[in-house]
Amino acid sequence: MAVIKISPDQIKRKKRSGPKGHAVNLTALEEVNALLGDESRQRDLLIEHLHKIQDQYQHISSKHLVALAHEMNLSPAEVFEVASFYHHFDVVKEGQTAPPALTVRVCESVSCEMAGAHPLIDALENGLSDKVRVQKVPCVGRCQHAPVAVVGQNPIHQATAETVTAAVENNEIKDTMTNYISMEAYQADGGYQTLKKVLEGKMSTESIMKKMEDSGLRGLGGAGFPAGRKWRIVNGFEAPRMMAVNIDEGEPGTFKDRHYLEQDPHRFLEGMLIAALTVGCDAIYIYLRDEYAGCREALTKEIANLENNPPSSVYKMPPIYLRRGAGAYICGEESAMVESIEGKRGMPRLRPPFLAEVGLFGRPTLEHNMESVYWVRDIVEKGPDWFSSHGRHERKGLRSFSISGRVNKPGVHLAPAGITMRELIEEYCEGMQDGHEFYGYFPGGASGGMLPESMADIPMDFDTLNQYGCFIGSAAVIVFSNQDSAKQLALNAMKFFEEESCGQCTPCRVGTAKAATLMEQKEWNTELLEELASVMVDASICGLGQAAPNPMRCVIKYFPDEL
Amino acid sequence: MAANQETMNKATIDFTLDGKEVSALDGETLIQTAQRLGTEIPHLCYKEGLRADGNCRACVVEIEGERTLAPSCCRAATPGMKVQTSSDRALKSQKMVLELLKSDMPEQKESPYKLDSELDQWVKKLNVGEPRFEARTQPAADLSHPAIAVNMDACIQCTRCLRACREEQMNDVIGYANRGSHSEIVFDIADPMAASSCVACGECVQACPTGALMPANNVALEVADKTVDSTCPYCGVGCLIKYHVKDDKILYTEGRDGDTNHFRLCVKGRYGFNYIHNPLRLTKPLIRREGVAKTTELLDPNDLDKVFREASWDEALDFAAGGLKKIRDTQGKKALAGLGSAKGSNEEAYLFQKLVRTGFGSNNVDHCTRLCHASSVVALLEGLGSGAVSNPVEDVKKAEVIIIIGSNPTVNHPVGATFMKNAAKNGTKIILMDPNRTDIAKYASHSLQFRPDTDVAMLNSIMHVILDEGLQDDKFIKQRTEDFDQMRAHLKEYSPEKVAPICGIDANTLREVARLYANSKGSMILWGMGVSQHIHGTDNSRCLIALALMTGQIGKPGSGLHPLRGQNNVQGASDVGLIPMVYPDYQPVTDPANQAKFEKLWGVELDPNPGLTTVEMIHAILKDEVYGMFVQGENPAMSDPNQNHARKAFAALEHLVVQDIFLTETAGFADVILPASAFYEKNGTFSNTDRRVQMGRQAVTPPGEAQQDLWILQEIANRLGCGWKYNGPEDVFNEMRLAMESIAGMTWERLDNEDSLTYPLENVGDPGEPVIFIEDFPTETGKGRFVPANYVHADEMPDNEYPLIFITGRQLEHWHTGSMTRHSPTLDAIEPDPVVAIHPEDLNNLAIEPGDLITIESRRGKITAYARADIGIQRGSMFMAFCYNEASANLITNEALDPFAKIPEFKFCAVKASAGGEIGVRIN
Repeated sequence: MAVIKISPDQIKRKKRSGPKGHAVNLTALEEVNALLGDESRQRDLLIEHLHKIQDQYQHISSKHLVALAHEMNLSPAEVFEVASFYHHFDVVKEGQTAPPALTVRVCESVSCEMAGAHPLIDALENGLSDKVRVQKVPCVGRCQHAPVAVVGQNPIHQATAETVTAAVENNEIKDTMTNYISMEAYQADGGYQTLKKVLEGKMSTESIMKKMEDSGLRGLGGAGFPAGRKWRIVNGFEAPRMMAVNIDEGEPGTFKDRHYLEQDPHRFLEGMLIAALTVGCDAIYIYLRDEYAGCREALTKEIANLENNPPSSVYKMPPIYLRRGAGAYICGEESAMVESIEGKRGMPRLRPPFLAEVGLFGRPTLEHNMESVYWVRDIVEKGPDWFSSHGRHERKGLRSFSISGRVNKPGVHLAPAGITMRELIEEYCEGMQDGHEFYGYFPGGASGGMLPESMADIPMDFDTLNQYGCFIGSAAVIVFSNQDSAKQLALNAMKFFEEESCGQCTPCRVGTAKAATLMEQKEWNTELLEELASVMVDASICGLGQAAPNPMRCVIKYFPDEL
Repeated sequence: MAANQETMNKATIDFTLDGKEVSALDGETLIQTAQRLGTEIPHLCYKEGLRADGNCRACVVEIEGERTLAPSCCRAATPGMKVQTSSDRALKSQKMVLELLKSDMPEQKESPYKLDSELDQWVKKLNVGEPRFEARTQPAADLSHPAIAVNMDACIQCTRCLRACREEQMNDVIGYANRGSHSEIVFDIADPMAASSCVACGECVQACPTGALMPANNVALEVADKTVDSTCPYCGVGCLIKYHVKDDKILYTEGRDGDTNHFRLCVKGRYGFNYIHNPLRLTKPLIRREGVAKTTELLDPNDLDKVFREASWDEALDFAAGGLKKIRDTQGKKALAGLGSAKGSNEEAYLFQKLVRTGFGSNNVDHCTRLCHASSVVALLEGLGSGAVSNPVEDVKKAEVIIIIGSNPTVNHPVGATFMKNAAKNGTKIILMDPNRTDIAKYASHSLQFRPDTDVAMLNSIMHVILDEGLQDDKFIKQRTEDFDQMRAHLKEYSPEKVAPICGIDANTLREVARLYANSKGSMILWGMGVSQHIHGTDNSRCLIALALMTGQIGKPGSGLHPLRGQNNVQGASDVGLIPMVYPDYQPVTDPANQAKFEKLWGVELDPNPGLTTVEMIHAILKDEVYGMFVQGENPAMSDPNQNHARKAFAALEHLVVQDIFLTETAGFADVILPASAFYEKNGTFSNTDRRVQMGRQAVTPPGEAQQDLWILQEIANRLGCGWKYNGPEDVFNEMRLAMESIAGMTWERLDNEDSLTYPLENVGDPGEPVIFIEDFPTETGKGRFVPANYVHADEMPDNEYPLIFITGRQLEHWHTGSMTRHSPTLDAIEPDPVVAIHPEDLNNLAIEPGDLITIESRRGKITAYARADIGIQRGSMFMAFCYNEASANLITNEALDPFAKIPEFKFCAVKASAGGEIGVRIN
């Protein structure tokens, strides 16, 4: 068995040169101080500060890591364990080679795999020079444009080896968001009037709470908790209270939040602030996934815009902090997101206590998916009935379906809750692509399970799919055809979960890995997989481990011919 | 379940456990309730004493109404809850968790590293079969560290080691890096352990359930013949340790649950015992060969035979005692002096001082406290009537504010420091005052890197602020102190604005610190050599005492004055009178009443004059006043200041008897060497820094013909006409109780049963008093005294010729003169080379690269060592340990003495430095 080799001479020299561990390099310390400037060194800014170093040097050398640790009064281990958790940080130790300055990230999640991600990756790995690193990454939130390759921060839609190579050669590495509704246009169209009323106390918080409850709006990130009830619960706990907005949008197949952000960011900001003021939150933290660089630039600008031109010059809004993810799907889980905002590894917390009671910085916290607060303005202005008046097959409300896969018109389709898959394909997606027969679908992203074409007439909403071992989640719908293998797609999903597991608990950390290995076999040991699945569902700490077996179980149940 | 005092008074919660109606105690988790009631639930990441993390999921139970299973280590009962610990669903998950973990163990078999792996135990108990899953790719072993073997192929990612490192010891070395199935336990930035900042405290090893972290070289795979419960020979924390012994050798150690350590240990106590098995141990009495003259050079053990010959015990004892007797009878009683040991037992120390007082006939007896807390003790006796601590170290958890001044506890009292760090995490504010920024600064709310030597000015200015802002405790001052008015007048001169440029700390910080200290409900001061080892060491301590008195921060829990005692038994050695000015229990020899008392007890006339202190003995030898010395378990040829001078004295002695376990640097100057017993080879009592008298028990036998120190002392004494008949340490202890009120109520039997008793314990059956000075002080008036201190400079200030400041101290792995630790292969391997620490910019200015040779010279001596770049060191100064005989720091130091306590100024002298040079020859 291998033994780590360490040169006795090196060790001898090291012991003579400095105290144990890594010595602080004074030049690196100067460089880190220059990057951090006057910004606070408080612990929760650790990920922000790591980004500064990664952005500047395209990697984080151990000397900068040590200097940062010293500046923040943390030990190198405390900083390293955080940096190494997130995919977007490249820690490079002495003697190791730093990655090339430019990275091309090619998505290999479900929709992109179906669209040919792997041949693309092969072509790029062989074709691009050594000066470019090709990385396989999980869902980047642009499934309607699959396959997607991100050159630096620049997303290439329907990527081919040619288009990617061209972008590399022309150094087109930025992502911009330009065509959104500006603050002026938003205000001209009646925007921020409601927020102004709330700020000035002209609209009672009770009336807003009631509207939210009556609308029946449930959390649109996937958990589906009734929004109005959540507001009441959080409001019931003592101040100070925090608000945390989840734009981590990592579920394979989901891209609705980006869609709305790129169109109408101010509607989101207004809804968010109305929520914060109604519930009584002292500060708002927005957690935006790092893959949405264009959105980040725009949001930063627009938040500053709003704060400099507030709707009320008298009544203050709570401060808004924009925090950047760093490449970890698990940070879409609300408590993991809170851990990440606190500058730590994104490891979900044990519940109880729930976030509403003990959340960000230990305070009662109102946590919402971005889209959930996007609709607040409409609900308040148009009334709860407006929202609940939509719906089909006896379900109520609207859902933004992110649809990708083998359909003619993928994209975000705002449709009545309760619509069926078949209706979606026919009415919104202009049918299946040529040469593709509808075979099956993921109703709710990689974690929501898989259903066959024969079960495409079930109304899609919260609660309606659970009896089938599936759920709608964030309404991330991926349609696959007779050209695809359900077994293969389920394996893709399980590997995704294995990669994204935070690593805390045995059933998920080890379970996803063992399941993926079993699912790679030509013949699946369905009995063992099922036994493992039931333990993952019963004993994992969070939803990732609990939902990871869903696609696999669905294949066993609904696609037995493939086994 | 039997009723028990602890459980009887707690609130209870009624719920159903496995179908039975039971009650949980308030604060219990489900697994604790179940365990208390006799139900076992498998668990791995849960360990009593560590924060429960709930990650392994082996302890999941079914709670009715909950969608998923719940970790019983992290949930508590609520009224009416229905819990099933081994329902089909719960059992299925428990077993699968174990199977998943087992599938990734080396060869999917029982742990090859640990005999009683907890995973293996649960797999067996729950009948988990052969794993049905493929194994992971196993990580490589990391065997880089001399003390600890890291085999991550046995790691189950339970993070017990991480919690042990980050939450118990708070050394912050271990991290949980990467994600998912790539998650791994790492040291620093995934460094091999030997290259990391790991201090080898072994807390992680003690915590690991599967053997992924074990003592090196598979020692724990051997089954011990016996285990012995004892304490530690190193520092004043006095950890309780269990020794695993096989074939008369110590295999490995385990921390015990002592009040001082709660299972924790440091690298020395845990792994540094193997010095006793070093073949260089003295095993036969040795007599200097006829005609071999003494030089000031240190004697290399390789040359032992040229200088010494073996002798029988009779010959050696006769020769030793005979030589001392001759000098006593021809040159006079005062021509003899003795240095006893602060590492030996109380019984040995008591007999040693009795030997000098009744056998030699003078008070020329001292020990290394002279070089340590002598000034603190003098100030405390003067101010409060008692030289010992007022509150134990564990009171830090009750304090709101802790001042740590002139002490580096993570190095010198490592386990004590862990409790200080724990307190800081819980909100206690640590105010660190040290010219250097030491490791504990990470947890300090304020780190005052004041200019060396300016303690009095700085402390006076803090007291000035307290009076200026009316933060003093007037009631306490009135009722419990005297001489306050002159103190108040004295402090007028020391405003923070005036003092700031002197001590280098800005006035605002001084004010903040003053307010924090004065206003808190409980402020404690802990200090060390930085305070005491100055010519104004007594003054420094006077300031600390005044600070506590004027704010009433003494005489209650979480407050007080605690000079952290260094040696494992320096408190005891001082208590039993190994001091030239006082008898046991600090009763001055000059007081006729005391003299009479001891003359009666010992049946001999005694000298009413105080004797010579350590450094005074050196001068006396060179002035032809002292001709013979008996040195037991001390190494003044390394620990005294100005070694060129001191070694001359030792070489000039007519007759030097050395009793020790190794050929120390001092032994090289001897006329006769008597091989003695190491700590693990004897029974005796030892008093730690908290005034706890603790039982040390023999684990192994002394090697060769080495004998018990107690026996040797009695043999010498009787050859000097003392007529002693002690049968063993218990006899001596019982006599000590007659001599010392403080321990009069302790019985050997009770000590043997309870392991640790705190004095004062004056009457049999008393509980012992951890916190003292609650009602009054043991001074004549019952009040504490304010003694003002003027700011004065060190004896030798830097100048153009010698522009840098040289500060000596210690290192974690090496104990003092290195006589023990440099003989431990483990500790020696961790720190093999002589190093001096300097700020990298100062090194740069000297054109020296980190790791290169540096030569340091003072007016008294010159040495060469390796230069360690350390940004924590104050500019313009350097710091070095005095354990390396090839680069003996005390060749450089200044022997100027504090006038009251006679302690030398180890912490400040002037030097110059240059690149290059040659390191001396290491003689051990």
